[in-house]
Amino acid sequence: MRNGLRQIATIIHKDMVTEMRSKDIVVSMLVFSLIVVAVFNFIFDPGSAQMKATAPGILWVAIIFSGNLGLSRSFAREHENAMMQGLLMCPVDHSLIFVAKVIGNIIFISIVEAISVPIMIVLFDLSIGAEFWKLALILLLGTIGFAGVGTLFSTISANTKSREVMLPILLFPVSIPVILSAVKSTTYLLNHTNSDNVFSWIKILIAFDVIFTVVCFLLYEYVLEE
Amino acid sequence: MIVAENIVKSFGSKTALDHVSFHIKQGEYVALLGANGAGKTTLTRILATLTRPSSGHVKIAAMAPKNEAQKIRSRIGVMSHHSFLYDDLTAEENLKFYGRMYGVDELDARIDKLLQKVGLITRRHDRVQTFSRGMQQRLSLARALLHKPPILLLDEPFAGLDVNATEIVKELLDESIAQDNTVLLTVHDIDYAVQNAQRILLLKQGRLLFDKCVEELSHDQIREALAE
Repeated sequence: MRNGLRQIATIIHKDMVTEMRSKDIVVSMLVFSLIVVAVFNFIFDPGSAQMKATAPGILWVAIIFSGNLGLSRSFAREHENAMMQGLLMCPVDHSLIFVAKVIGNIIFISIVEAISVPIMIVLFDLSIGAEFWKLALILLLGTIGFAGVGTLFSTISANTKSREVMLPILLFPVSIPVILSAVKSTTYLLNHTNSDNVFSWIKILIAFDVIFTVVCFLLYEYVLEE
Repeated sequence: MIVAENIVKSFGSKTALDHVSFHIKQGEYVALLGANGAGKTTLTRILATLTRPSSGHVKIAAMAPKNEAQKIRSRIGVMSHHSFLYDDLTAEENLKFYGRMYGVDELDARIDKLLQKVGLITRRHDRVQTFSRGMQQRLSLARALLHKPPILLLDEPFAGLDVNATEIVKELLDESIAQDNTVLLTVHDIDYAVQNAQRILLLKQGRLLFDKCVEELSHDQIREALAE
């Protein structure tokens, strides 16, 4: 158990150091999400009801599409110099590689969210106030579900010739339940409707997170086999 | 130490390995020869637990990869034409990463010793992306030896090395053999194989053409077998 935790921490640490030096995952994700937020900000009139109504959808479009970029890049990097093979030759349970990669991807996506979400709140004139922690919870849960499924499918697509195209084709249809619950709970939160609606969608989001992450964890060993 | 029985590996309609069988005892130094595409790398990948055979059985240190892959991986050191090194990490950081993954005791001292041996101690804080191909190969050998594996699977370890680097790799290899480690070396250099290995396995189009002690073979026999 302790050995497994040490190996997970070692992989995460390696991914963080590599990213701090290359900056190719977080920077590309951040630029993309800010472009999405900026483009939609130009489309709608500032402070209009239309803008506020579509804000939750725009927020998750920015997160999901930039997340897709990051997931694709994170596994493409492991395939340069066949590093994934080096990792697979280590005496580590392959499911622990999945856990480490999911945590790494959650950290990368969360960094992007921490920068782009406050900018979006300002540009779209959204009032969150004391309910910011609920938005943070929804963002975290949505990110966990998306990163869980995304890590599995980015591993699969990394072995294909057209990995950049394959990943969204495989990932988006499967992650619809997570995206739907995240968008719905964000919509109810930003519209300040009954908090029961928010929590009922958060519960669904938690359920999908648990189901998807556990299934992906169990399947990962088989995905890594040729 | 290494037992392969009737190994078949197919990729679609192509058969990369066709009923390959051999035994390698502890402490034996075996050279695996064959032309490009003969199936040498596929065989090495199967022994390294990176891929499973389509049929047949493999046992490494009396363990089957299907049930005890992790234990097997902790006992083998693999060096291939891929370095398995992270370009954005330094030489020391790469070895620390693999050392922690393998749970190596007294890691810092082990890294110092290996970097000294492969002649990269002064470049320990430099990123691997600044290294030449030869330096990466030397570091890759240090990575393979880091956890003191009793079995070494070396796939073309001399490819792309200059004379000095080749000598360093050969010295480390001799040292490893002197410590009673088992070595399976994939190589194109027939002279080196005949002079250094105890046995020669020759693969041709996925089939094991022969498995003989070097005393029973001449250069010409091997060359003829490869050319046929």
